Amino acid sequence: MKHLLSAGDLSREQAITILDTATQLAAATAQGVGKLPPLRGRTVVNLFYEDSTRTRISFEAAAKRLSADVINFSAKGSSVSKGESLKDTALTLEAMGADAVVIRHDASGAPHRLANSGWISGGVVNAGDGTHEHPTQALLDAYTLRNHLKNNQGDLDGVKVAIVGDVLHSRVARSNVLLLRTLGAQVRLVAPPTLLPIGVNTWGAEVSYNLDESITDVDAVMMLRVQRERMNAAFFPTAHEYSFRYGLNANRMKTMQDHAIVMHPGPMNRGMEISADVADSARSVIVEQVANGVSVRMAVLYLLLGGTEGI
Amino acid sequence: MTRYVIKGGSLLGENVADIEIHDGFITAIGQNLSGDVHVDASGCVVLPGLVDLHTHMREPGREDAETVLSGSRAAAKGGFTAVHAMANTNPVADTAGVVEQVWRLGQQAGLVDVRPVGAVTVALAGTSLAELGAMADSAAGVRVFSDDGKCVWDASLMRRALEYVKAFDGVIAQHAQEPRLTEGAQMNEGVVSGKLGLTGWPAVAEEAIIARDVLLAHHVGSRLHVCHLSTAGSVDIIRWAKARGINVTAEVTPHHLFFTDDVVMSYDPIFKVNPPLRTQADVEAVRAGLADGTIDIVATDHAPWPSEDIDCEWTAAAFGMTGLESALAVVNATMVKTGLMSWASVAQRMSVAPAAIGRVHDQGQPLVVGSPANIVVFNADIEAVVEPTESVSASRNTPYRGLTLPGKVIATFYRGRATVLDGELV
Repeated sequence: MKHLLSAGDLSREQAITILDTATQLAAATAQGVGKLPPLRGRTVVNLFYEDSTRTRISFEAAAKRLSADVINFSAKGSSVSKGESLKDTALTLEAMGADAVVIRHDASGAPHRLANSGWISGGVVNAGDGTHEHPTQALLDAYTLRNHLKNNQGDLDGVKVAIVGDVLHSRVARSNVLLLRTLGAQVRLVAPPTLLPIGVNTWGAEVSYNLDESITDVDAVMMLRVQRERMNAAFFPTAHEYSFRYGLNANRMKTMQDHAIVMHPGPMNRGMEISADVADSARSVIVEQVANGVSVRMAVLYLLLGGTEGI
Repeated sequence: MTRYVIKGGSLLGENVADIEIHDGFITAIGQNLSGDVHVDASGCVVLPGLVDLHTHMREPGREDAETVLSGSRAAAKGGFTAVHAMANTNPVADTAGVVEQVWRLGQQAGLVDVRPVGAVTVALAGTSLAELGAMADSAAGVRVFSDDGKCVWDASLMRRALEYVKAFDGVIAQHAQEPRLTEGAQMNEGVVSGKLGLTGWPAVAEEAIIARDVLLAHHVGSRLHVCHLSTAGSVDIIRWAKARGINVTAEVTPHHLFFTDDVVMSYDPIFKVNPPLRTQADVEAVRAGLADGTIDIVATDHAPWPSEDIDCEWTAAAFGMTGLESALAVVNATMVKTGLMSWASVAQRMSVAPAAIGRVHDQGQPLVVGSPANIVVFNADIEAVVEPTESVSASRNTPYRGLTLPGKVIATFYRGRATVLDGELV
């Protein structure tokens, strides 16, 4: 694995290897031995063109726990300005000897450009690109699902997941559909028709417009963040109506199976797509997702940079 | 003046004959002709010089991308003897002064007829009509008017423009793009855009405007030309309109005959173009439409950009690709080699019809004694890998780079003068 650009690039075996590696790394970290040595002397650059405190610090923590040197490069706002092009930034990072570049960019496909244009020789990790993909989010979600539903082993065969919300603009949804299907899970996308992309019928996921009918038989409900500004573009009439039809509240949660969990990639709009009592309920694994994110990103960096020392 | 003889070429891909050229005209057609300079055309097709109704010469304003001279060189190398230069320059070609400037630059370059296209609305802003009559009456003699790059979206303004240009036999060439349906659009809206997370440019945004415009043209009895038609639905609408006797013509670009939106999976902005590359079904429909004459012409929409506008992330990149030098080979690959069209039809679609739509005299004339000697000699069987650095355009953004295309322009004659010989600019 040279880059991680799309969750769809991973085979079932590769995905399971990442999850198993993350499990081992989490266990090693939990033993309290401090930093692990495998990426000592390697340089990881966090190249963030968008504000994203959570994802950036998650990658930073992951790299540091593996003893890599971390450079944070915040380039917010310059993505579409010709003055400081992605190419020039990439050439700079190459000159500084980056072994891996973790990129978050508001343009879909920017990580592909970075990886495939001959600008840099190091590995590229997509930390979220526009409305395209966010593969490490899908990996941490798969990790969380496996932990709760599959005793943290193997694949996700037979697991049913409902992904609810703004699928059209969600990189989390795209990556999750690809990865969860690769791992054998069944995915149901739930959204108003305006927030489903043309061609979603080719994704291999079930599609529903009705939340109430969609959550009673699943093992997990993954709520997506809905940006209030979508309202202005008439994707739905009001925040109130959205919440009424597609928000997960306590009454709806009661209809879920006893073992089913509630997930959210964050940041949440409490009161919009998820009510506060659901977010803070016993079913909610939202905080766990954050913790798992560090382990999964450690695994990705470890495997990408070919760490050879033992974990 | 040099007496040229084009030896042994196949005229329109049919009869083999020699053509004698002297003093700007075809002076003899027959066997065993001799002259001062012989051009070996054996195994080649001989066509009337190509006429492009749609190019961007970028001058004035973006001389780093192309100039009238460099664009004329690319045109000649591609077998063209006339090109239309779109109005979206800086300043916009919305006055007699600017169109005359472009026209004079074309005269100075002297490699092809450069026919300026006048803007329909002032500054392409879509709010008030530019001085269409002044541009028509100018030395440039403008007959084609277009806000290309932008759609004349206001239905009332479009109606008035269609009506007004009747006074001087003009035509409105519409860039059909409903603006509200294409806000932030990056590529064809479909399965691929959904996967890639790029904002879609739906086919309906083109088709809705074309449907409206053919009805407007019918209502006011004017002639309409549709630029770079790209969808199967658009072909259906044009076919319907022509069946009703509406005076509409339409063009397709070589790239819409060749590529589907699958190539965008690479996120390589070399494939970013407006209207966007469409689906396989659309490609098949525009090919069929071109073959049966529903689509009247091929026009390149040659849109040169320097590398800094292309060598970046997809959403930051400019729309457009070069096309003049590759057009004939692409039409050969997509229409002739596939058996969809004869060379006589290619001559019709790439020379005769565009000259007629643009009212370009002395172009698109039959290969007969007495015609102005605008001629291209094309070897349809030489396979060549497209190498951007071999381009004579000022820009290198060809989407065919690295691909093998069939055919090479061996010679181009513009008003009796050789602009290309042995495949190279003279």
